[in-house]
Amino acid sequence: MTPLQAYDLMVSIRLFEEAIERLFLEGHIAGTAHTCIGQEAVAVGVAAALQPHDAMTSTHRGHGHFIARGADPRRVMAELFGREAGYSRGRGGSQMMMDPALGFYGANGITGGSIPFAAGLALDAQLKKSGRVTACLFGDGASNQGVFHETLNLASLWKLPILFIVENNGYAMSTPTTRGLANPCIADRAHAYNMPGVTVDGNDFFAVREQVQKLVEAARSGAGPALIECLTYRISGHSRGDPRTYRSREEELSAQKQDPLLRMESHLTKHESLPIATLVAHQKQAQALIDEAIRFCETAPLPDPLDYLAEVLT
Amino acid sequence: MREITYAQAICEAMSEEMRRDPKVFFMGEDVGAYGGAFGVSAGMLNEFGKERVRDTPISEAAIMGAAVGAAMTGMRPIIEIMFSDFISCCFDGLCNQAAKTRYMFGGQTTMPIVVRAPAGSGTGAAGQHSQSPEAWICNMPGLKVVVPSTPYDAKGLIKAAIRDNNAVVVLEQKLLYRTKGDVPEGDYIVPLGEAAIRREGKDVTIVTYGRMVARCLEAAEQAKEAGIDVEVIDLRTLVPLDKHAVIASAMKTGRVMIVHEACKTGGFGGELAAVITESEAFNYMDAPILRICGADVPIPYNPKLEASIVPTTPVILDGIKKVME
Ligand SMILES: Cc1ncc(C[n+]2csc(CCOP(=O)(O)OP(=O)(O)O)c2C)c(N)n1
Ligand SMILES: [Mg+2]
Repeated sequence: MTPLQAYDLMVSIRLFEEAIERLFLEGHIAGTAHTCIGQEAVAVGVAAALQPHDAMTSTHRGHGHFIARGADPRRVMAELFGREAGYSRGRGGSQMMMDPALGFYGANGITGGSIPFAAGLALDAQLKKSGRVTACLFGDGASNQGVFHETLNLASLWKLPILFIVENNGYAMSTPTTRGLANPCIADRAHAYNMPGVTVDGNDFFAVREQVQKLVEAARSGAGPALIECLTYRISGHSRGDPRTYRSREEELSAQKQDPLLRMESHLTKHESLPIATLVAHQKQAQALIDEAIRFCETAPLPDPLDYLAEVLT
Repeated sequence: MREITYAQAICEAMSEEMRRDPKVFFMGEDVGAYGGAFGVSAGMLNEFGKERVRDTPISEAAIMGAAVGAAMTGMRPIIEIMFSDFISCCFDGLCNQAAKTRYMFGGQTTMPIVVRAPAGSGTGAAGQHSQSPEAWICNMPGLKVVVPSTPYDAKGLIKAAIRDNNAVVVLEQKLLYRTKGDVPEGDYIVPLGEAAIRREGKDVTIVTYGRMVARCLEAAEQAKEAGIDVEVIDLRTLVPLDKHAVIASAMKTGRVMIVHEACKTGGFGGELAAVITESEAFNYMDAPILRICGADVPIPYNPKLEASIVPTTPVILDGIKKVME
């Protein structure tokens, strides 16, 4: 993945999420959704470090992970619109999308819910000697679930080819990490389970990709799991309609200075000598694709209510 | 009388009990400054401080466990599980510890815990945030289960639950949080285990609870046009069950329909049907008992699909006509 390709993906994720927030306010989308504005460098950095046959698991904040992994934004959007063309045929919504063909085993509505079965994906790879590594993404809040600890111990004991990648975005809903974690350095927890634990700048695409690449290849060659903590910031509210009363606007403004998109843009202009006009052209292109996706969804067929039993115990 | 919402009634119940009894305290995820995912505990942190209104990490098993230990030694914890679906994440604490400790250890401790958890579909939150899990819990001896359908009951039942010496699970109806109703200021309780007859009738009994009560009342009103006089029983508490109210009404009308939002297979409706057929009411029955329940599927996301798999007023009305045939 070239830096410009990574930028394109980051921009599509950002514009996708902004569109979702707007579509919610306008009443086009039901339920709730958690957007990942500010965390695009983690999604794209991890995806860029994986091989096509590797696996990824995700969370309630999963649109970005999925798009970075190669999902068709039209079908992600269609799922949010509850359409038959959506990845879950309109049955799952924002928190339930997967595509095994892309090695993407789903977002999850249960905080920490995908951590244990990610180990199962890695166990499958170990048993079949398939060379596949699983990237298991989750949040700082999820690292307080018992299943996090059970799974890290088991994965280390069995030397499973899995990377536990925690997106430390400062908050679990309204709870800042300083009040949710007895030790706010999540990477430290790796030592308790005898695996490497590293912290990276999660707003820096290159740093994320480099660190993940190194540990993915180690896991692939049998070194076992590792825990990677990506430090980032959830610029979005927790979910639709979050008034963000638990943090100050000043804090948000100062965090926005580390916006991963801005940092990528400054890299591209300074180190890759790309003119700003090129970036703007790429943004426009990405926006056109999102607009097209919305138009597609507006007329895409809804699921047939009489088909509600499909896929249950058949 | 004063009207407040179902959510405010719950907040008032907790607050009054916390003022009355220093042993009562409250904990859960984002319940402090944020006021809980549904805003139920808004303002409680200001009044009671963070010792007694405790934000927790996302650790349902530890929250439940901490409640069990504190309850064993005399405190009276109230915990909020953000969505009732997540009770599965603390099932051991609830079912193997809270439910059984009193009995298994020969009654040496009490277990005064209230587990509050929003239940039900209708919010577009899909399969892991929309369930009605009462059957999981009713099948566990040692737990009481409450499902309030009005703001008045929400306050009175939760106050009764807080004073109870057993673990009580309150399945709050998330679609009722914003509904308003008359709620007295100050102290009163609605005793656990007493059903309410919401509408008297002589032709058909509907046994229901939670948010389905309103739909059943609506269908009952429409059935009047067809000359059918429907009685609607709101159970309010599933465990302990007010068998007397159910059986007496079944004997009076001779026709019974059971309505709940939770899926049918293994649902509480089967238990209710069995209670009636095992009782003296069996001899009075003029028609088979009919269950109208949610479909046996995880709750789908698409709003039309979601709405189509739980009992609606027209479906309930059809059911009434069917039991009358
Ligand atoms: C078992 C469970 N508990 C609670 C929730 C409600 N909930 C959804 S997201 C969330 C915060 C998660 O925080 P974190 O893991 O840091 O992820 P982030 O939202 O920051 O991406 C909570 C409490 C849930 N979905 N599942
Ligand atoms: Mg977080």
